[in-house]
Amino acid sequence: MDHNYQKDISGCGLTGLISKKKRRLSGAEIVKSLCLMNDRGNGLGAGYAAYGIYPDFKDFYAFHIMFDEPSVRWTVEEYLKANYHIEKIEEIPTFPVKAISISPLLVRYFVKPLKERLVGEVQEADFVVNSVMKVNSEIEGAYIFSSGKNMGAFKGVGNPCDIAEFFRIEDYEGYIWTAHTRFPTNTPGWWGGAHPFTLLDWSIVHNGEISSYGINKRYLEMYGYKLTLLTDTEVAAYMLDLLIRRHGLSIPTACLALAAPFWKKIDDRDKDEREALTALRQTYGSALLNGPFSILFGHSKGLVGINDRIKLRPLVAAIKDDITYMASEESAIRAICPNPDTVWAPRAGEPVIVDLD
Amino acid sequence: MFEINAAGVYYRDLNRQIRDAIAAGQKEIRVRNVNGQYYIGDGLRGNATIIIEGVPGNDMAAFMDGTTLIVKANAQDNISNTMNSGKVVIHGNAGDVLGYGMRGGKLHILGDVGYRVGIHMKGMKRQAPTIVVGGTAGDFFGEYMAGGVLILLGLNRKPGIPIVGDYLGTGMHGGAIYIRGDVDKNICGAEVGIMDPDAEDEKVLKESLTEFCKDLDLKLEDIMKEKFRKLVPVSLRPYGNLYAY
Repeated sequence: MDHNYQKDISGCGLTGLISKKKRRLSGAEIVKSLCLMNDRGNGLGAGYAAYGIYPDFKDFYAFHIMFDEPSVRWTVEEYLKANYHIEKIEEIPTFPVKAISISPLLVRYFVKPLKERLVGEVQEADFVVNSVMKVNSEIEGAYIFSSGKNMGAFKGVGNPCDIAEFFRIEDYEGYIWTAHTRFPTNTPGWWGGAHPFTLLDWSIVHNGEISSYGINKRYLEMYGYKLTLLTDTEVAAYMLDLLIRRHGLSIPTACLALAAPFWKKIDDRDKDEREALTALRQTYGSALLNGPFSILFGHSKGLVGINDRIKLRPLVAAIKDDITYMASEESAIRAICPNPDTVWAPRAGEPVIVDLD
Repeated sequence: MFEINAAGVYYRDLNRQIRDAIAAGQKEIRVRNVNGQYYIGDGLRGNATIIIEGVPGNDMAAFMDGTTLIVKANAQDNISNTMNSGKVVIHGNAGDVLGYGMRGGKLHILGDVGYRVGIHMKGMKRQAPTIVVGGTAGDFFGEYMAGGVLILLGLNRKPGIPIVGDYLGTGMHGGAIYIRGDVDKNICGAEVGIMDPDAEDEKVLKESLTEFCKDLDLKLEDIMKEKFRKLVPVSLRPYGNLYAY
């Protein structure tokens, strides 16, 4: 795939949940929620991300890699062996599904960067990010589509139920789940282009169209990120890594950069707030996500839902006991939680931030 | 009363069952265990009443002409798109883009609504739609409104929650918006004028709200305790000179 390809537009459905108490829930729940919104997608992409699924390997980066050709596998493994301690290699368990006749080879690796490869000031996480970028942009036909610890993404071309069955999502147990069904409208529906998009512990599912993709892409490229997956959502995943992990912004501040208030609203604030928001918009003008979107992003410590500034895509949230749900439709929440304690529609640009206890 | 169990039924099959029941002459239909089925009531004609138990899916009551839908729960987005006549009553909250291009009939919502409610509603004399919202509304309430009546009550509001969002009546060029309480000019579109309701308006309000209260078991005198403000376009053709120079 040519990573200079410019843009993709898609309309989709998304759902997610988080148990604040870190209770690990079967994937069957999120599958049921997503499958209720089957018709929001068109069968050209669906996927799931889960946190807490690899407790036995929680200190290792779990690389999920797709190979267009089995032969590419050995090239990637050569690279991994030279740079990582590999604790375990296994094919990602998949099961035959009638509707999914073609799939790439899917393998997962539990790895840790070799100490001697971390030269100078290089942080472990930066090293991993560089590996993901290198493999995805330089090794033809290989894509690391998941690279966090104790978490993983599972995605491909198919309907939500078929993809769930293919990966046997119900067999995984996690305390944060996100899921997505895709309706691509401008680029091919391909396995790498399905959501979630992940980098390290960040995972993103997105409904909408990031029309600032070009600006965001060029901005990220200045920091060494390579956009290889042909879908606008990819920029959001890398932007979170840049803003939160590398620049040290808090999650609420990062959300204000991604969905910055309009100047008209900034002008109405008190002096201190006005100055802070102005500085943020000026500094991170190229990080602003323009266009309609609702996004869920998961990370190792929580789950965040956010809309564009004028709410051009739907997002509904609900709470029941220690679980917060967020989805494109209320009925997708009620499919797995018929009587929530509270249900609400988050306001435009105001994130719903849920942290694990 | 005729009953349909919608549990796990695909929207297409459910809507076929509803249509078949109406074709067979059923006047009262109760649809139980609804959750997320799209397009309920779309294009239905005639005076049947359909009671929906559970959360119906998007695009309910589009192009509906005469039928009554009563939803005993929250509802989702895009209700009453281009509806012509009849009534939708929602005993909960509802989502975004309600009453898009609505040209007749009534939409009564007990709770809060989302963004772009009443967008591009239209009406002429007796053929005019009415939307009444019991709770609060988001941004772009009455955007591009061309006719009809929007009434916003803000009942049971939590402290600090505004009755309505920004860009109120932006692009409005017909119809009237009535808001219970004061309205800040700064949140309104440039073409919107704010005034006190006159005797004719009071009549419209009383008539609409009497029916609203009856549908949702509320007391009219409680609602009328607070004053209303009326929003109308101050120019009928605000962009008439756009291409004149």
